[in-house]
Amino acid sequence: MIFRVATCLTLLAGAVASPLYADTRSDAVAQVDFGIAVAQKGLWREAIYRWERAVEIDPTYAAAFNDLAVGYEHEGQLEKARQAYEKALALEPNNPQIRQNYELFKEINDRTGGSSSETP
Amino acid sequence: MTEQAAAAAKRRNRCFAALFAIAAGATSACGTTYFEIPIETPIRAKLDVSAFQRVLIAGFVAGGIDDVDANQETVRLLRSQLRSKSSLRVIDADAMELIAVAQEQSRTVAGADDSPRPRAVGSPEEFSEARAGQPVPLPPQIKDERDMEPYERLFANTAYWKRIGEEYQNPLIVTGTVLFMPHSRSGFVSRDVEDYDSFGRRRIRPVRTYMERKGFILRQKFIFIDGRTGATLHSQSHREEVLYSQQQTTPALSSYFELMDKILPDFLQALSSQKIRGTRVLLK
Repeated sequence: MIFRVATCLTLLAGAVASPLYADTRSDAVAQVDFGIAVAQKGLWREAIYRWERAVEIDPTYAAAFNDLAVGYEHEGQLEKARQAYEKALALEPNNPQIRQNYELFKEINDRTGGSSSETP
Repeated sequence: MTEQAAAAAKRRNRCFAALFAIAAGATSACGTTYFEIPIETPIRAKLDVSAFQRVLIAGFVAGGIDDVDANQETVRLLRSQLRSKSSLRVIDADAMELIAVAQEQSRTVAGADDSPRPRAVGSPEEFSEARAGQPVPLPPQIKDERDMEPYERLFANTAYWKRIGEEYQNPLIVTGTVLFMPHSRSGFVSRDVEDYDSFGRRRIRPVRTYMERKGFILRQKFIFIDGRTGATLHSQSHREEVLYSQQQTTPALSSYFELMDKILPDFLQALSSQKIRGTRVLLK
């Protein structure tokens, strides 16, 4: 009897949570879509705002972190870009596109800080 | 074509269409919608040069091979780069012969140092301690890093650089060292070889072969000095090398430019902001 109740509760919880997750993800996807559309028109600040909203809404959305990293990179906020890429990769370590973006980003970082330099 | 064959062809087409639909469905389900987008990453200048309107590429302590006058070539190259890629006005002046300047300064210090020392030097430790205050003799020719090292004291002589700064109305001064040396290395090198397998398919295989190669090493140190005070603001060091096969004959000067080409973006980035163009992928 207890087992049946537990099973019912689990199923109920799953049934309730699943649409909630779907809602969260679809809200985040809407923000990401809008961000991509405005980025393609060159409105990068608005795009970054949208992608920041997306990762707030759904902190497990790797694509949103990837897009946010690209936005930060375009704005020259390299430390923030690195953190966002690393978050995206932590969520989807085998995503080849995120990995490729990150490799290209690191190449720039190496080029800009590759030599040994010192400022007294 | 018989009816049976036509029916078989139709079935095959349907099968392909179904496979394509499944593949397309799987692709969209996996969320692989992506958009390539061009980006321009702005890189801020390492140095704040807002206090300067002009820059003096003074000259370099140069050494290595005699085929290339690394001092003159470096001065000429940096000036032409800065004229087109920096807002600073480039001062036109003869490249300074810093080796001669350093040797002159060393002689002056040695002459002033001829007075008898009050303390007797006994143990090796005391001797080296006593030597630390004395000028290390400068080698007349610079062939490697060891020869170059004692010359670097010249850049710490703030009084000298302040005087140069006053002479040119307080610009930003760029100087440093450049060592362009021949280099050879032998060992196994991996290269791709194209061949065909037993089915006639083209394939590329990595093959390791032993090769003797020769080329050049460029060691470049840029020192940025405040012409108002003579103090060093920033310095950056680079090392690049290029190797060719023994059969290839490349003039030393063209190798020098090939190596400088790799260093220049970093040098320019110290003085002016840059934008690096690239492409990234946005994901849905």
